[in-house]
Amino acid sequence: MKAIYLDNNATTQVAPEVLEEMLPYLSEFYGNPSSMHTFGGQLHRKVEEARAKVAALIGAEPGEIIFTSCGTESDNTALMSAIETHHKRHLITTKVEHPAVLNFVKHLARKGYRITILPVDSLGRLDIESLSRALDDDIAVVSIMYANNETGVLFPIQEIGEILQDRKILFHTDAVQVVSKLPITVKELPVDMLSLSGHKIHAPKGIGALYVRKGTRFYPYIIGGHQERGRRAGTENVASIIGLGKACELAKENLNREIIHLTALRDKLEKALLGCCPDVRINGDIEHRLPNTTNISFEFVEGEAILLRLNEYGVCASSGSACTSGALEPSHVLRAMGVPFTAIHGSIRFSLSRYNEEAEIERVIEVMPPIIKELRTLSPYGKKKLMQCQ
Amino acid sequence: MWEYTDKVRNLFLHPKNVGEIENPDAIGEVGSIVCGDALKLTLRIDRETNRIIDAKFQTFGCASAIASSSALTELVKGKTPEEALQMSNQDIAAYLGGLPEEKMHCSVMGREALEAAIANYRGEQKPSETTEKILCKCFDISEEKMRKVAMENHLTTVEEITNYTKAGGGCGSCIPEIEAVLKDIWSMKAPPEKIHRPKKLTNLQKIALIQEVIEKEIRPRLQSDGGDIELIDVDGKRVIIGLRAMCVACPMGGVTMKGIEEKLRELVSEDITVEEG
Repeated sequence: MKAIYLDNNATTQVAPEVLEEMLPYLSEFYGNPSSMHTFGGQLHRKVEEARAKVAALIGAEPGEIIFTSCGTESDNTALMSAIETHHKRHLITTKVEHPAVLNFVKHLARKGYRITILPVDSLGRLDIESLSRALDDDIAVVSIMYANNETGVLFPIQEIGEILQDRKILFHTDAVQVVSKLPITVKELPVDMLSLSGHKIHAPKGIGALYVRKGTRFYPYIIGGHQERGRRAGTENVASIIGLGKACELAKENLNREIIHLTALRDKLEKALLGCCPDVRINGDIEHRLPNTTNISFEFVEGEAILLRLNEYGVCASSGSACTSGALEPSHVLRAMGVPFTAIHGSIRFSLSRYNEEAEIERVIEVMPPIIKELRTLSPYGKKKLMQCQ
Repeated sequence: MWEYTDKVRNLFLHPKNVGEIENPDAIGEVGSIVCGDALKLTLRIDRETNRIIDAKFQTFGCASAIASSSALTELVKGKTPEEALQMSNQDIAAYLGGLPEEKMHCSVMGREALEAAIANYRGEQKPSETTEKILCKCFDISEEKMRKVAMENHLTTVEEITNYTKAGGGCGSCIPEIEAVLKDIWSMKAPPEKIHRPKKLTNLQKIALIQEVIEKEIRPRLQSDGGDIELIDVDGKRVIIGLRAMCVACPMGGVTMKGIEEKLRELVSEDITVEEG
């Protein structure tokens, strides 16, 4: 059974073009780019070509891109650098950040840093007023994600950046979910640092990048050799860097077409599922959202059960329910939005990619209603609802 | 991804005994939608033969909660209420070929629903909620339930308590209290046997096992009274030890030696004698 992969905010298929580009650097060209000899040294040029491609996708200068091992490393590096270079004690972030930021600032809080975690409203929108109120003269960095990985809701990074720029406060954004899904031009965007990740954009796992605006004070997180001009030690992951470069090139070429493709499929799926039975709701601000993501709650049923039933049809998605989080509490994002528990436990995230086809979406639309209907028959809360279903 | 057994997967995909018995003789409802799982169990009990002749369930929850509920209904059919109550949550898990540790609370929920149903059948009142001390506010878990599940399943760590009851798995603010409850339970009784005695031992294995028993079972308890122990030698079945610190002057030394011997006999070999060196 071929998988219908609708979990692209978790990870993506490596693009065949990316893999092809990488393979020689996992076999015959195994040199170290730092070497004096041509065999290794020639790879330095390939790394720089990849850097230029990454920079081009987000409208940066190549010198502003630092390769890292993943989105999490990029996020951690940005926050640590801010602390090391600014000697200030207050960090601001949001309740709905990815754990790469949220758990890192909580870790800093235990070390004595002051942390403000901004709330969101029921649609997952940030309260800009609360940001303004939290600002003081002791802020090392404000870190606010560009788009939420669970709901796809976009934060007004431009507006936030302008507020912070006026007060000369360092601004980092985790753009892992936005890069390659929406156009980004950092030249025009008032952010100082921006994280991206390879495996979310059809490059392999284990490669990420951090954009650091020229002139921003920076201190490395991984300390050792002189790689990345002393900003990130460790021998370069050459093949993956080349893969990331290729993935960025592909994303840039296809961006506009993909936005149309993803939006059309996502909207089709969403509309059909909303109509399939009662007590289905969309979580998040549908006006400001990634084109590929929908977070749908099927009330009175539990997410893991839905996922495992979908799994029987090869459909891959994810859920914010407690049972799937690895912890016992459901999604921190949906809880921050005040989504009722009846709906949190039954939340399903579908996230699409360029490789999804209309037939796959139609298949999901076909298999989903009976799954929900059956699980509601099983549920002590679902009986009355069942009467209305279909 | 959870590693479910085929039995769990089967009962989840094709659950048996789904639904609600009309005018049931017993109803047991546990859990809540807020906590993420809930189970409603209804039983038909033949008053003449005193046997459970039908059982149905409705469950809101994950795959293992659904499979556990279905397993429960299969297990209780044909039993008298008394026989049914002999079943533990471990029996439900065993019927399913095992559950992931983190999902053991699903089997506990099954057992609780059964208790609630039979109490309902017997016309017993549920203990008033105000008399129960709720330790975990996130999942509404009382100290009483925690103690019961810990004793029944030999749970010694907070993590195990969380796996079996969910308590402590939310905000985590009750973890110190859970630790206190565990300490209280197991300081009164011998801790559950974690060390399994193999049938045949080589000399090397025997010495290693003696060392392990001393480290895990004996030393911590001596140390809690300010004492300590040192293993000096093992000669066949003779184990030569030295009592240290407060134990040296302790008038209870003889009792202590006897206790050590008993523990080593229980966990290593029945013919062990302990001597002071």
